[in-house]
Amino acid sequence: MLAIVGTVPYEDFPLTHGEVEIKGENMLLSGHEIPLTRGTPALIAAAAHISSVLGLTRPTAYLVGDIGLGHGSRDLYAWLAANLAHTDHENIVFHYLQPDVDWQFKILDGVSKMGKKPALLADAGFMYAAKMSGLAGEYDLFTPDLGELAFLADEQAPHPFYTRGFILHEDQKAEELVKMAYKHDNAAKHMLIKGAVDLVTNPKGILHRISEPSSENMEAIGGTGDTVTGTVAGLVASGLPIDEASYRAALINRWAGKLASPTPATQVLGIVENIDKACEKVLD
Amino acid sequence: MQKILKGIKSRFAPPKKSADRGIILFESTSEVISAEAVLKNRGWKIRVMGPPAEIQKGCDLVIEFPLMEQMNISRTLTREGITPLKIIPVVGPLLKPVDIFQIKDFGDFLMCRAANMKITIDKRTGIIVNVSGGGCPDVPYLAANLCGKRLRDAPAPLELGHTLCGYALEMAYQELKRQCWQ
Repeated sequence: MLAIVGTVPYEDFPLTHGEVEIKGENMLLSGHEIPLTRGTPALIAAAAHISSVLGLTRPTAYLVGDIGLGHGSRDLYAWLAANLAHTDHENIVFHYLQPDVDWQFKILDGVSKMGKKPALLADAGFMYAAKMSGLAGEYDLFTPDLGELAFLADEQAPHPFYTRGFILHEDQKAEELVKMAYKHDNAAKHMLIKGAVDLVTNPKGILHRISEPSSENMEAIGGTGDTVTGTVAGLVASGLPIDEASYRAALINRWAGKLASPTPATQVLGIVENIDKACEKVLD
Repeated sequence: MQKILKGIKSRFAPPKKSADRGIILFESTSEVISAEAVLKNRGWKIRVMGPPAEIQKGCDLVIEFPLMEQMNISRTLTREGITPLKIIPVVGPLLKPVDIFQIKDFGDFLMCRAANMKITIDKRTGIIVNVSGGGCPDVPYLAANLCGKRLRDAPAPLELGHTLCGYALEMAYQELKRQCWQ
């Protein structure tokens, strides 16, 4: 069973968990109706579409409102640290949460008390904290974009905001950054790096390069990284090995983008709506 | 013998650099952003920087200031209702925020990237059409508040944001403004 942990951009949204259902442009969760905008809702939508296509159980979401002050994230961290041990999730994705190294340790401690260790996927703020804690290797998959890969490669940067210029430089080759990230133990066991060419990596190097189909406008659309992460999470939950799931997720996201014929003004919902059709092109 | 050499070395070594700068720590990044605005408006020579490794927590910014001005700066912040968590002297180098921008022209659309944050406008209307990248929880909130507004009318990300991603978006937003009106 897949669990997704993240935030929604509403200050007064209470800590809520349960199975999610997609209904048109919204997500239903324990009596709440949440628009499928960028961020964790887009991730959940993608995972829910994959689960539906593959006939899997609906994902469970753990959500709280947080507009960046961190109060909601800390409430959610505290709840998870106390309760994760009593759950039986086989896969957990951590997403838009206030990066906090101390809480990240407590979450991992909670995970260690679960009956069977789940596959751990991290993206966004939680990935930043995972890297900074020095425990990136505890995670099965990170899904950074190229800018975030540069941050993982920079052993000194505690946040992408501080990535040093010589590392962030445009001409820097992704392959070199991947090596640096693994060298400094700042990468997960696998990474799906999102960019003009998507890369699937492990400590041995680059396993897959995916560059087609291509839609340059996707780079500007907020949430396309969230949909890749949700897609790979759904595929991992179906039992695919992480490298294979990452490869196929990159392809599905690219096809969903292609089918949406996006402009830089397209919103992520336009991509989400094409995930089912994209699955037909990629999944056997 | 080694002890003696060490003694000689230390005697002739240049004196240790004493701290002439301090850093102000706050509970949250949004307080740093408010304090920065207050202090800069008062003409203080301060810089927003990254904290030394030993006090990093995750989404941190500090304000670097001339240590001699500690009393005056503390007083100014107190008057404005901003309470620092701690003020400490600093000797070593601090982390510098990213200052590289990438501009991408999509024809009718223009995108600017700073660190992990990207903002895109429609050049024909000046309307912000997308905010992408980032990982802190104010990013979806900022995106919801900026998209659909004209760049000249939209609130500055610093007014609404609370994290380093919000700060990076502010830099991209300012650079995009500069590109549009230079």
